[in-house]
Amino acid sequence: MNRRLLLLTPLGVAAIGGASFWAMLRGMRTGSFDPRGIPSQMIDKPLPDFALEGFGRADILVLKRPVVLNFFASWCVPCIDEAATLVTLNRANVPIWGIAYKDKIPATDAFLTKYGNPYRRVARDLAGQVGIEWGVTGVPETYIIDAAGIVRWRYSGPLSEQAVSVVTKLATA
Amino acid sequence: MIPELGHFALALAIAFAVAQAILPLWGAHRGNARLMQAAPALALGQLIGLAASFACLVWVSVTDDFSVQNIAENSHTLKPLLYKITGAWGSHEGSILFWCLILSVCGGAVALFGGPLPASLRARVIGILGFTAFGFELFTLIESNPFARIWPPPLDGRDMNPLLQDPGLASHPPILYLGYVGFAVPFAFAVAALLEGRIDAAWGRWVRPWTLAAWCFLTSGIALGSWWSYYVLGWGGYWFWDPVENASLLPWLTGTALLHSAIVVEKREALKTWTVLLAIGTFALSLSGTFLVRSGILNSVHSFANDPARGVFILGLLALIIGGSLLIFALRAPTLGSSGLFAPISREGALVLNNILLCSIAAVVLTGTLYPLFADLLMSMKISVGPPFFQATVLPLAAPVFGAMAVAPMLSWKRATLGPALVRLWWVALVALAAGLFASLGMKAVPALAMGAAAWMIFGALAEIIERVRLFRVPLGNSVARLFALKLSTFGTTLGHAGLGVTVAGLAGMSMTVEQVVLVRPGETVQVAGYDWHLAGMHDAKGSNYNARVATIEVSRDGAPIVTLSPERRAFTTQTMTTTEAKISTNFVRDLYAVLGEERDGAAVLRLHMNPLAPWIWLGALIMAMGGFCSLADRRLRIAAPTRAAAPTALSRT
Repeated sequence: MNRRLLLLTPLGVAAIGGASFWAMLRGMRTGSFDPRGIPSQMIDKPLPDFALEGFGRADILVLKRPVVLNFFASWCVPCIDEAATLVTLNRANVPIWGIAYKDKIPATDAFLTKYGNPYRRVARDLAGQVGIEWGVTGVPETYIIDAAGIVRWRYSGPLSEQAVSVVTKLATA
Repeated sequence: MIPELGHFALALAIAFAVAQAILPLWGAHRGNARLMQAAPALALGQLIGLAASFACLVWVSVTDDFSVQNIAENSHTLKPLLYKITGAWGSHEGSILFWCLILSVCGGAVALFGGPLPASLRARVIGILGFTAFGFELFTLIESNPFARIWPPPLDGRDMNPLLQDPGLASHPPILYLGYVGFAVPFAFAVAALLEGRIDAAWGRWVRPWTLAAWCFLTSGIALGSWWSYYVLGWGGYWFWDPVENASLLPWLTGTALLHSAIVVEKREALKTWTVLLAIGTFALSLSGTFLVRSGILNSVHSFANDPARGVFILGLLALIIGGSLLIFALRAPTLGSSGLFAPISREGALVLNNILLCSIAAVVLTGTLYPLFADLLMSMKISVGPPFFQATVLPLAAPVFGAMAVAPMLSWKRATLGPALVRLWWVALVALAAGLFASLGMKAVPALAMGAAAWMIFGALAEIIERVRLFRVPLGNSVARLFALKLSTFGTTLGHAGLGVTVAGLAGMSMTVEQVVLVRPGETVQVAGYDWHLAGMHDAKGSNYNARVATIEVSRDGAPIVTLSPERRAFTTQTMTTTEAKISTNFVRDLYAVLGEERDGAAVLRLHMNPLAPWIWLGALIMAMGGFCSLADRRLRIAAPTRAAAPTALSRT
């Protein structure tokens, strides 16, 4: 390659980088670009196909009513925090189904005995494969699936008070 | 009144910076000696102005002047004095003023210690530093004024994020900034050399100490930051490949490459164009790292919430400085003359390999950091690139660096043969093999290999010294005499290389971490990693601006008490935020690490870790930085008597 051209490449690379960053900043101002938002690919899409020991996609679809899906694990400290909240929600007649994410079976059982079992049904995602299909960013993570089997809402982390009210509204509707 | 004084001093510093940017450069261009002579005084003037301005900010912070917006948002009367002082650089506005202060300190240092430089080169270096400083000081004044007032002033401030109220973090930014900003000096030297159209061995000799100083601070700064996340965040993690961490790693990688390629310029007058590009690139990465992170583009836990308007200004500034310097590079680099060819198996060949590998690692890390952004921008894809990517890509590139590191210092300049160098390292290879095999008893393959590599690097570095003093080959007294005759920079190389080995050993050890989350009632004992952890009790304690819940954990092994740990959970009254204070007991072979979580029905959630070799990670970084300072101490002697026309002396081994 021509030596002069070669010496121009750093400038070219910097120019491309600069132009992209400018586009990003402009997008952030107008709201079309939000690097912080981590929207779930699942929102407003039909729930992905999965079948686990415990339940699968078909079991949710036959319900024909909204259901809360909660990914949890015995090894996760925020899940211990969230357990009490979920138990309360369950008593308020909110249907919650749980998926134990990358957890050993006895550990999950011990967890449910110790902190209460708020789940109507529990499935075991031993390999974490289903978690990937759902795009789970971490546990706990909560989804609401409506009566038609469309994912409507997602919350990452232990449910806050505000989130609890949203869950109650959507899932008992 | 004091805030206005600070504001005025900042404006004054900008006036100096404008003069500093224009007069010396013009003088050097026209060959006007008087204008060139003005450079040091102008740089010192700018330094005094900024120092005064920063002193005012510290004063305002210490005296709780909540009529200043910056203080009202980040301070509180109850905040301990230490954090009131360090809070001056903890906020966004304060940190940028601090950044400018360090840049002017660099300018002042060149002014004070640059006496032996040729007048035109010194004038150009100071002029370019002045130009850079001018841009960022203007940004401080216009877009992020740390002295802006609010009316009516609130009764009390909103307080600082409790996570940041920590002695480690208080010292982390200044040291990191010294590293980031320190690379402005090699950058200025590079651009000045392009303007002069001349690079020779003397240039390499002048640039190296500045690069070395910046590199030492950056190394320490990164280590401090990593240590902070280890003991404050309470996850036991030390590196998360977070964009902010990557932003500090990138200039470190290219800076390390620069450090090595400058040696080639100094000794062999080769790699000139490449070294200049590295100097520009390293500072460009430092700048982008500091500022793009702050613009909120990079999604990171560390970044300040910020409005994009500031980002546009910063981007314009970066375009001017980076784009401008690269344009000068494209126009003037052909005049530097191309470097001669040299044998692939030689000291310079090994240094080129080092550069290729380090820059490849930097490219990989840069790609991983930016890819999610570009995917989002161009394809509207939301993806994140996590540690698995970085580990999978960085490791294979780092392995040859580790391998070559012990061999390279054994090679001679110009032309060498690999055979004798490898023969000299036979016992090192044996030690490395033994270390690797021993580690493989308890470790998986990759950490065990890393253990072997660590031994290879540490003992390989020592072998260099042993080789030089001809230990066991000449009488012992003779060897000792040779040891004292060695140049400090030789020890610097040894320490630098061995330090990396120590860090790698620490990283390998950390992969053996045993951690467990347990629910324990007071009086109960659990067994984790072969240790008995007895929760003796829980009690409340009160700090100056927080209430703490403290657990007392007695750790013992086979009945023999080892240590009592008291991790805390702190509830900060002003920010309604809780932080966990992990407690760590170390004996330099392993850390016992305890974190107190929530409490439920009289039982406490404890996270207990046994982290093997954890302290080595930071100890190694410290050794690396010490090595740098060691070389620096040696160089000072040589800077005192630089000779521009001196022919490059090739070191030959006897």
